[in-house]
Amino acid sequence: MTAANPLLQVQGLTKRYGDRIGCAGVSFDLYPGEVIGVVGESGSGKTTLLNCLSAQLEPSEGSVIYDSRSKGPLELYSLSEAERRLLLRSEWGLVRQNPRDGLRMGVSAGANVGERMMAVGARHYGEIRGRAGHWLQQLEIDAERIDDRPATFSGGMQQRLQIARNLVTEPRLVFMDEPTGGLDVSVQARLLDLLRGLVRDLGLACILVTHDLGVVRLLSHRLLVMQKGRVVEQGLTDQVLDDPQHPYSQMLVSSILPV
Amino acid sequence: MTAASRLSEQGYTYAYLDEQTKRMIRRALLKAVAIPGYQVPFGSREMPMPYGWGTGGVQVTAAIIGPSDVLKVIDQGADDTTNAVSIRKFFAATAEVATTTATERASIVQTRHRVPETPLQEGQILVLQVPIPEPLRWLEARESETRKMHALEEYGVMHVSLYEDLARFGRIAKTYDYPVLVEGRYLMRPSPIPKFDNPKLDKSPALMLFGAGRERRIYALPPYTRVESLAFEDHPFEVETWEQCCALCGATDSFLDEVIMDDRGGRMFTCSDTDYCNQRQAAQGKPNPDTLGGKA
Repeated sequence: MTAANPLLQVQGLTKRYGDRIGCAGVSFDLYPGEVIGVVGESGSGKTTLLNCLSAQLEPSEGSVIYDSRSKGPLELYSLSEAERRLLLRSEWGLVRQNPRDGLRMGVSAGANVGERMMAVGARHYGEIRGRAGHWLQQLEIDAERIDDRPATFSGGMQQRLQIARNLVTEPRLVFMDEPTGGLDVSVQARLLDLLRGLVRDLGLACILVTHDLGVVRLLSHRLLVMQKGRVVEQGLTDQVLDDPQHPYSQMLVSSILPV
Repeated sequence: MTAASRLSEQGYTYAYLDEQTKRMIRRALLKAVAIPGYQVPFGSREMPMPYGWGTGGVQVTAAIIGPSDVLKVIDQGADDTTNAVSIRKFFAATAEVATTTATERASIVQTRHRVPETPLQEGQILVLQVPIPEPLRWLEARESETRKMHALEEYGVMHVSLYEDLARFGRIAKTYDYPVLVEGRYLMRPSPIPKFDNPKLDKSPALMLFGAGRERRIYALPPYTRVESLAFEDHPFEVETWEQCCALCGATDSFLDEVIMDDRGGRMFTCSDTDYCNQRQAAQGKPNPDTLGGKA
């Protein structure tokens, strides 16, 4: 890692739902081009953390500072809602677990990919279509299917379409919530392979939330292990997975089924 | 005011609505004029006609009309359809105003589905009846979200629907209620007028008021407001054209209706704006079959 400034600085991030804790005291730095995995069991606060980081859920305490392309470091929750939403559709990407939540199912694949371009002001039909076609091919979707609706796509293709839709405005930071959930193992493997290539080629920084340790081993450089809303262990991925220190991480690693 | 006293003897306020309601609507109208294209909520009243028949337009007209006004009512371009005749009679009875079918003589024109072919003048007011005021309605179902999109000027999704038309049909298939951007700021539905009429909204010298009764929204275009129909750079906005001219008056510059003549495929094209067609026929010395005119 060079001495670049961190892309995202998270300090003491806490979200409370009344008396209960969503996540508490989370701090980490994310550098450009780095992939951080967040693992933990269901209900451990992974998605709450992701929502707080991606400016969708205001935290109770703590700060998130994002180093933006145009304006330098910004404290997310001191921005206006308009600026936060602009970030979300220009410099960030958000890949949801269920592609139906992240796609517009009523319009064609090309329109889905083109939406973010049009949202930031593209008004030339030919160019929008050309770039949409290019990104479909990058994600290994046949360019002939540009006018088909996502409902006619398989689950794996829908997920790839969702990723294409996010990458088209060349984001610097992509949030992924269980991107391989609900896909069968061989499709998962292909998608992971593709993602690994894209992350490397485009220099994307990623925050990857998953409960699948196989996914983080393949994709992420560093790992946060969460339990009951707190980060119980963090470190390099292979370090955490091969030599877990916290009892919960040990339990998590040992519960992988050997094949 | 003698007119008002005679109406009050019959138990009606002038122009049907009570004074408090008219005041509330006028406030909404002032706000709408101050923020062109912005949808102002108002407390729509029940009118003695069903929703979808112009309750919004009637309330706007009732709020602005006075005894010296001359009213014209159009429905689909025609002055002699049920809806147009009833609304004209309604105001002749409750507001005691003179009515006309001639666009240039009217001070208020209430209309559904058309903007008159005769260019509007300064001082005239066009009141449009609106069924669904929200241009983003079929793209985003949540009202809270569409309001936010207006507030933040997030209109990219409207172009997604135009893109989808181009991808599927090779042209923008929207022919009426074609979305416009007002003064480069608010996205607006021009009510279900054909896109042929969209250019007439741009920098019009007349004031245009839009009333949606069921949806309880009022919006407005003050005179000389910039109104731009959405399009792509490489697929510019175009209006409908016809190969025929009007079979009655020979006009080539007006919006034509296709009329089926028999069940063997016979048809003819006539001006949808009956007043414009009749005036042109009169100028050509053809007998005018129109029995309207003066008071309805």
